[in-house]
Amino acid sequence: MATILIDGIAYGMLLFVLACGLSVTLGLMNFVNLAHGAFAMAGGYVAVSLANRLGAPFALALAAAFVAPALAGALLERTLYRHVYARTHLDQVLFTIGLVFMAVAAVDYFMGSQQVFVRIPAALEGRFELPGGVHIGRYRLLIVVICGLVALALQAVLVRTRFGSRLRAAVDDARTARGLGIPVSRVFALTFAAGSGLAGLGGALGAEILGLDPQFPLKFMIYFLIVVAVGGTSSLVGPLAAAILLGIGDVAGKYYVPKLGAFAIYAIMIVMLVWRPRGLLARADAR
Amino acid sequence: MIALETEGLSRHFGGVYAANQVSLRVERGARHALIGPNGAGKTTLINLLTGVLRPHAGAVRLEGRDITRLAPQRRVALGLVRTFQINQLFAELTPLEAIGLAVSEQLGHGADWWRLAGSRQAIDERIARILEQFHLADIMLERTAALPYGKQRLLEIAVAIACAPRVLLLDEPAAGVPESERHEILAAVTALPREVSVLFIEHDMDLVFSFAERISVLVNGSLLAEGTPGEIARDARVQAAYLGEEAVVA
Amino acid sequence: MKHAPGIASLVRDAGVTARVAQYLARRARWRPPEIAFWLLAAATLVALPGKHLILAEIAILGLFALSLDLILGYAGILSLGHAAFFGVGAYGAGLLAKHGLIAEPLIALAAAAALAAALGFATSFLVLRGSDLTRLMVTLGVALMLRETANRFDNITGGADGLQGITLGPLLGRFSFDIAGHTGYAYSLAVLFVLFLFARRLIYSPFGLSLRALKSNVLRASAIGISVNARLVAIYTLAAAYAGAAGALLTQVTAFCSLDVFSFERSADLLMVLILGGTGYLYGGLIGAVVFKLMQDWLATATPQYWQFWIGLMLVVIVLVGRERMAGIGARLRAQLGLA
Repeated sequence: MATILIDGIAYGMLLFVLACGLSVTLGLMNFVNLAHGAFAMAGGYVAVSLANRLGAPFALALAAAFVAPALAGALLERTLYRHVYARTHLDQVLFTIGLVFMAVAAVDYFMGSQQVFVRIPAALEGRFELPGGVHIGRYRLLIVVICGLVALALQAVLVRTRFGSRLRAAVDDARTARGLGIPVSRVFALTFAAGSGLAGLGGALGAEILGLDPQFPLKFMIYFLIVVAVGGTSSLVGPLAAAILLGIGDVAGKYYVPKLGAFAIYAIMIVMLVWRPRGLLARADAR
Repeated sequence: MIALETEGLSRHFGGVYAANQVSLRVERGARHALIGPNGAGKTTLINLLTGVLRPHAGAVRLEGRDITRLAPQRRVALGLVRTFQINQLFAELTPLEAIGLAVSEQLGHGADWWRLAGSRQAIDERIARILEQFHLADIMLERTAALPYGKQRLLEIAVAIACAPRVLLLDEPAAGVPESERHEILAAVTALPREVSVLFIEHDMDLVFSFAERISVLVNGSLLAEGTPGEIARDARVQAAYLGEEAVVA
Repeated sequence: MKHAPGIASLVRDAGVTARVAQYLARRARWRPPEIAFWLLAAATLVALPGKHLILAEIAILGLFALSLDLILGYAGILSLGHAAFFGVGAYGAGLLAKHGLIAEPLIALAAAAALAAALGFATSFLVLRGSDLTRLMVTLGVALMLRETANRFDNITGGADGLQGITLGPLLGRFSFDIAGHTGYAYSLAVLFVLFLFARRLIYSPFGLSLRALKSNVLRASAIGISVNARLVAIYTLAAAYAGAAGALLTQVTAFCSLDVFSFERSADLLMVLILGGTGYLYGGLIGAVVFKLMQDWLATATPQYWQFWIGLMLVVIVLVGRERMAGIGARLRAQLGLA
């Protein structure tokens, strides 16, 4: 059971890294970016290309999986996305769905439609055996470690740096923040890029566990949305808690009740929404 | 006879009490003003009275009946109606449609799905009467968003009246209305029937002192003083509360 | 404009009342372009016999889009999973036919639509609360959940292969479904028309007006006594029934039903259909269905594998160009066909 717990936590932290960019984007600009998964997919395929085809070291592949989508995100944000910020949510949904369709078809065209896996270094294969018969997959442990570091780094940036305080101010009240001289659009551009990069990193890390194919953004859209909707957009802790809850629930569900395991996340989603319509840790007077 | 009363009504946001043990009484047929410096909690109180906000303590009674737990639309059905400080209108609907909606709801036909809107003579007549009363008949077919602000403000009140209120809560009825159009608002408010008990928030002291028969003063969420206009004008505490405030004197 | 009190004001009052009644009545009157639309549609029954298969699909898609318009265009509920109800209707009708439970298609249609309505009612409380994001998520989740269910219980649904062996009795006991799709099209068009009439009546009723109000300003709507949640539940349930009817029609007309009735692409494409035609005036879904289907047909022959790419590109362009600018034509259409 502990193995399942750890698997669930690893899965959950992966989801967190994948979805945190979406959470901040929504909280900051009230922008529903359904194409977020496309950046994750991009990162995954970048890592696959580097590691499998070009034989690059795994660490480099991961780094590239962050950088490439971050750059792509920054570019898209400046050229396309910014025209859609002021629009209705319906417009944003349509726009980002359009982008997803394009991304999915493009990747299918260039990369083929079969599922691909990242070639991970031999050192990361296999498992650790702990006393008590508990197994921890090495790769999963790496995921937990990396995602944990990311979460800590994000928290540090948010709390300790000037950028972080600007970001928090802008999320809290963008208009007032602008009035205080905070360059909200620049903060957002950077955040969007970082979020896309993190999604890419998540996609690369997760390729081994989640499976990577051109349908990835569509398959996992609901997971990201659940993490953000249940976890809320006003903190990092909310999405982290939601993601871990979701991860454990999904893994445990699929293990203990295979026939209905996939429904665990939907059940969790409905329960959480009925219980806390505004998210796990939403403030009482949240928008 | 008491039309509306609250008892120990409290509501806090974090550590700040927006309403602190407010016990207010509005008599039947009253013309009761609620004044206070900015941020005193006046609109919060209205939100508590109408059910938009839940109180953390205390009770609200409408004509003796406890309505503390009732949903906003149920309170409207019982006769407690409000207007908004910033116009809350249906931008794409016409004044005719907006008033028509309120009238239909009030007469219990708002959910009719099988009849065409406008097929009930009684409702049409009532709509016409209210449009006339508020001098909106000329513009009744215009899009609300295209109307001048003063007319929108009149519509705001007209829609509230269309709900056949027994207690009317007016949140700064003259707010934002240019000087030249204020008299229409004043006239509309003055012409309200006596059976309707009115509690209104206002910053315009001319309006307050000319219209109100009773004044309550709210400061920092608590009721500071209550009395006739003369008593309040002479009250040293009230003057102190307003010192340094730019009391809007039209 | 001052008049003397007394008789003059009575006359004036009568004048306003009459104008009020007149305006409201005129709003609901059938306009010439509307009549032309339906006459044209009826004409295709005889004028385009070779196209009845695709015309049936257009009619079904139009009904599906109409159902989305009811909740999106009129009540402002953003849904990414409307295919859930379509799918329930589709599988409902399919299973009823396959197991010979109800032989007559129209009754089966009603049953399937009722099933979809039940699901709509059950899930409506999920879309009442929360923001746009929550609604997106919940609606998407429900549709995915149903797809997963259909996938898992493949002994009943046929899984990825789809429901096989659907045979239908003759419509109304007399008209058999033929391969060329004549009966199918006439059937679909008739169902669409009847349901459209009902929706049209609803839109011009006080209930319909209250929907527009709560979409416009939900705070004010409840402040004038409208039970917002009750209205939303009602329209959501009705929209689910309509979508279910569309799904049932598809199964009955094509004698086939598979998992893609629940797919996200179906819900997403539906949004596009509605956007193409415009929301909030009932005809948007129908016009959008025509445009979309023709476009999809053409694209599918031009680039069979990657046509979703072009759909996606079109969505991006439509949004960037601006729905309002696109609705320049649409605005004129709207004024002609319905609410301005």
